[in-house]
Amino acid sequence: MENIQPNDVLAKAEALRNNLSTGFRDEIVKSLYSEAEKIAKRAVKTASDKKYDFDQKVDRIVTSPITGLPIMFLMLGLVIWLTVTGANVPSQMIGNVLFAFGDWARALFNSWNVPWWITGFIWDGVYLSLAWVISVMLPPMAIFFPAFTFLEDLGYLPRVAFNLDWMFKKSGAHGKQSLTMAMGFGCNAAGVVATRIIDSPRERLIAILTNNFVPCNGRFPTLIMLATVFVASAFSPALTSFIAAGTVVGVVLIGIGFTFLMSWILSRTVLKGEASAFTLELPPYRKPNVGRILYTSIIDRTIFVLWRAMQTAAPAGAIIWLLANIPAGDTNLAHAIATWLNPFGILLGLDGVILLAYIIAIPANEIVVPTMMMMYTGAGMMINGPSSSVDIYNLLVHGAGWSLLTAINLMLFSLLHNPCATTIMTIYKETKSWKWATVSVVITLGTAFLVTFLTASAARLLGWA
Amino acid sequence: MANSKTILPTEHCDTCPAFTQLEQMGIKVGDFDRVVALAGNPNTGKSTLFNTLTGLKQHTGNWPGKTVTRAEGGFEFNKLRYKLVDLPGTYSLLSASQDEEVARDFILFGQPNCTIVVTDATALERNLNLVMQVMEITDNVVVAVNLMDEAKRKGLEVDTRSLSRDLGIPAIPVTARTGEGVHTLLSAVSDVIESKVEIKPLRVNGTPEFQNAVNELVPMIKQLAPGIPNARWLAIRLLDGDARVQKAIMNGELTEIVSRQYEQDMQFSQKMSVEGRQ
Repeated sequence: MENIQPNDVLAKAEALRNNLSTGFRDEIVKSLYSEAEKIAKRAVKTASDKKYDFDQKVDRIVTSPITGLPIMFLMLGLVIWLTVTGANVPSQMIGNVLFAFGDWARALFNSWNVPWWITGFIWDGVYLSLAWVISVMLPPMAIFFPAFTFLEDLGYLPRVAFNLDWMFKKSGAHGKQSLTMAMGFGCNAAGVVATRIIDSPRERLIAILTNNFVPCNGRFPTLIMLATVFVASAFSPALTSFIAAGTVVGVVLIGIGFTFLMSWILSRTVLKGEASAFTLELPPYRKPNVGRILYTSIIDRTIFVLWRAMQTAAPAGAIIWLLANIPAGDTNLAHAIATWLNPFGILLGLDGVILLAYIIAIPANEIVVPTMMMMYTGAGMMINGPSSSVDIYNLLVHGAGWSLLTAINLMLFSLLHNPCATTIMTIYKETKSWKWATVSVVITLGTAFLVTFLTASAARLLGWA
Repeated sequence: MANSKTILPTEHCDTCPAFTQLEQMGIKVGDFDRVVALAGNPNTGKSTLFNTLTGLKQHTGNWPGKTVTRAEGGFEFNKLRYKLVDLPGTYSLLSASQDEEVARDFILFGQPNCTIVVTDATALERNLNLVMQVMEITDNVVVAVNLMDEAKRKGLEVDTRSLSRDLGIPAIPVTARTGEGVHTLLSAVSDVIESKVEIKPLRVNGTPEFQNAVNELVPMIKQLAPGIPNARWLAIRLLDGDARVQKAIMNGELTEIVSRQYEQDMQFSQKMSVEGRQ
């Protein structure tokens, strides 16, 4: 027989397929399924009639159209409330210890007559930034991550997906996007990778481009701090933690709202198409494994995120110190840049320092607040960092002239702005296209600018700010 | 006792470290004798079994779709080193989402020595669909019926012997979380690879006209890539117009597999002769 070429095989298959009756494959799948049914029936015996067991009873409540969503937000609120109430005191304690150590080391360097710029660079730049990141981020993460992992291990995430699935379909997106969105609360880069579970390239792109609209674990500490310091401080102390938790839940809701809105816009413009159907399986509730929860949340999540933040915080601290100590005319470079950015910042209800902090923090969003604090306190000149929320409040309001609008717009900006560098790289890797990576930045940053501009203008028009 | 059928004499020894010849090797997978793939529906405990076997801490989570890429780890069993590949969970091997393709491509083109299909004892019927699809690709399949504890709690009783008889491949009850049944599972895997057990995988044949079409195509594929182990499955996929398989035929991936398979066989027979001397 003559040599067979790949093309011959394909052509033969084509010819044979045309001879087969249509739906031949369906026949096979059908017989496969009925065979599976027969085998399973022979192998499985139901000892007792526990058909309506505990799982189903619970599921009827947590996935009900009426009680499902409220329960979901209550759970989220509870987790955030735990974080808010639990993190404040440890944050303060860690801050006190770290800042005191910095003072001591600075004094030691001075007593050794180390040149001022070495002392400043190390202790007022790099070290201070690290101290900020650890004291602001570590306690909330050490509470939030185990709580989040507990819900994940329990099997609650698919229920969240189940509750939201119909809204995604309405937005022209894939129902499974609810799962990838849920992953985004952990880490947006992980959420982007998780979109591989979505079959259709169109719906997958929508899921990728909108994943950043839910705040990741790196951004939660920022939101929690702002909510605690500002929004809640307008109420009586007894209510503070509840108002703060409620505010963060509100911000999350806004983020989910933007996820739907942007999915809807995308599916009607550049990524047109119908939503595809899929089945979502609700796994049984499983007794969470405490050891594994602690391992995953502390090692895989807390330490991982903190380490990443520290890696960006150290050079960021160095840059801030340098900017604050390089003279520019009458003032220093940091001040000059912030002043130059200020008009644009004011337009968005923010200020120049915040924008500069965001630019420096592009590699990792989570260090925005520490960066800002360092710039407000005037890196290189400050002696002690504020460590309680009252100190922070005083510093920002009396020192930097913040208003409630600034805090709210910063929360909105933090929620909506561009993905961190890791997520952008992940989007590039998953889509293999710089175009889509760029689009993800443009969409988010554009939304952030537009929304903060609108809220700032509205607040000013109404005379609130 | 109603449950007596599923209890094997070795079951109590399974979690005893003194008895089992299992040694976790974490990610030290540079040098290995055998490759085993872990497939299964989403959320059946593949990653949990993976962690139990390798001692790794691959992130497990109680939601479908957690593993989207494949993870690799190693373990030693009866003095042989195994590379274990944890595949993304998938309901079928027929559709085209990226995680399902990762699973299918590995079973087909990665040529594992054996594929363990992890199934959920509480939802066996749906899980069997995937088992049967994997059995269309390869003969070396072992079914791990996981979550036996959950099934018991739900008042379900799974007769793995009946399952094994019907499918024509070993079916082993396990509880991956505690490691129960893992030793028996690995023995079955080892027996399958060494052809110590008789395997008669159940095949669904379809209509006679379809059967004829497959039979016409198989010799051509075998001629194109002599020694290809799953010509029948490839023929079925080609008749179905599967783009991925068409691509593999056009770009010569198939012939590559065959040469790799040959190498593996050589290594394996070498290994066996070494073992024979012991």
